[in-house]
Amino acid sequence: MCLAIPGKLLAITTQLDETFRTGKVSFGGIQKEVNLFMVPEAQIGDYLLVHVGVAISVVDEEEARLTFKYLKDMGEVEELESPSI
Amino acid sequence: MKFLSEYRDPEMVIQYVKEIKAITTKPWTLMEICGGQTHSLVKNGILDMLPKFITMVHGPGCPVCVTSVNVIDEAIYLSEQPNVILCSFGDMLRVPGSKKSLLEAKASGADIRILYSPLEAVELAKSHPEKQVVFFAVGFETTAPANALSVVHAAKQGIKNYSILASHVLVPPAMEAILGDDENKIDAFLAAGHVCTIMGIDEYYPIAEKYKCPIVVTGFEPVDLLQGILMAVQQLEKGVYKVENQYARSVQREGNAMAKDTIHKVFTISDRVWRGIGNIPQSGYEVNEQYKLYNARLKFNINIPFAEENKECISGDIMKGLKKPKQCPNFGTKCKPEHPLGAPMVSSEGACAAYYHYASVDDVLID
Ligand code: SF4
Repeated sequence: MCLAIPGKLLAITTQLDETFRTGKVSFGGIQKEVNLFMVPEAQIGDYLLVHVGVAISVVDEEEARLTFKYLKDMGEVEELESPSI
Repeated sequence: MKFLSEYRDPEMVIQYVKEIKAITTKPWTLMEICGGQTHSLVKNGILDMLPKFITMVHGPGCPVCVTSVNVIDEAIYLSEQPNVILCSFGDMLRVPGSKKSLLEAKASGADIRILYSPLEAVELAKSHPEKQVVFFAVGFETTAPANALSVVHAAKQGIKNYSILASHVLVPPAMEAILGDDENKIDAFLAAGHVCTIMGIDEYYPIAEKYKCPIVVTGFEPVDLLQGILMAVQQLEKGVYKVENQYARSVQREGNAMAKDTIHKVFTISDRVWRGIGNIPQSGYEVNEQYKLYNARLKFNINIPFAEENKECISGDIMKGLKKPKQCPNFGTKCKPEHPLGAPMVSSEGACAAYYHYASVDDVLID
């Protein structure tokens, strides 16, 4: 649970106020709703490092791709598939 | 062990190993802080590539490993109260408490849900107004902003049936506790990349200075780790002790301002008992006065006896870098991933489980 996983921001889904913007992020095909509060600069198409449902930084595409591949090989992406609620 | 060709950059791996070998003239002991780094070092066979002189010991940077028995008991107690839904990250469920684990409590009927994010717990509270939803908020600085944000978000929406059981731990005070121990054997630290993505690196300068200890902020992939090790050994061989940032592609010196603001809004720094290590002053976060309605410890009257740690588990010595997992008499015998005696055998980020799964690894013992 400690690692942050990179994914691509596909769409902004809600913008309630300044503390609550969420978006749809794709992690190699698995889509998750992610909170964007900590990355106000993030735009659709950007790659984000996401930790427990919150984006913590914007990274470049190549970096995101390589890191994602590494985490997948290490079996670290499974937590995204863990049962929800 | 993985094949070299599978690494992100196999040539760089070979190059860094060569450079580390070329410059190492004395024995050095390095500690990586983060459990993700431990897992990567062990799983990718890096420990076997390093020169004999370099000993890697494995730090306390795994929330599954350091959350105290007492806090696990608190979570179990809460999960067994009527009308409570206890939510947790999945990794915490198998950690032994003093009598049982959350998984065993769940099997006996407690309503325990595994969630990916604390924000999902807020949604759960919203859709179950008749229940009290408690999120078991463990983690280091990386996880603190998300847990804090869940509280801010619940407060903003006027959700009153949500609270968190905070068991947050902080890296810099733990490093000081380790370096300040009379038996300390650590010559240099690899600090945890994602923790620094949030917090920045300023907290490490006084530690490097005070203990004359090089600190290299490092990522978790093989090339990152080898480069971090090389940077640390270069400093040690030259007799200097600086803070360096190997992981600059993710870590800015000042960290993430919004994340730090959110942490400071909701949490206050408190003492924290670390499993195996004991109390470390000012090494945790607790919910502050302003958000006390969201503090599960105040909302519920948690009435349980204080639980002692299991004396058979030497995880404290392992996380302080004094022993390696295979030096524990219970390793692989009484303690296995299927029936863990101690927490570092539970999660793949725990040193004992990593050594157990990749058995051929690193037989070097510490005297
Ligand atoms: S092998 Fe088990 S009992 Fe020994 S230190 Fe590791 S977790 Fe504790």
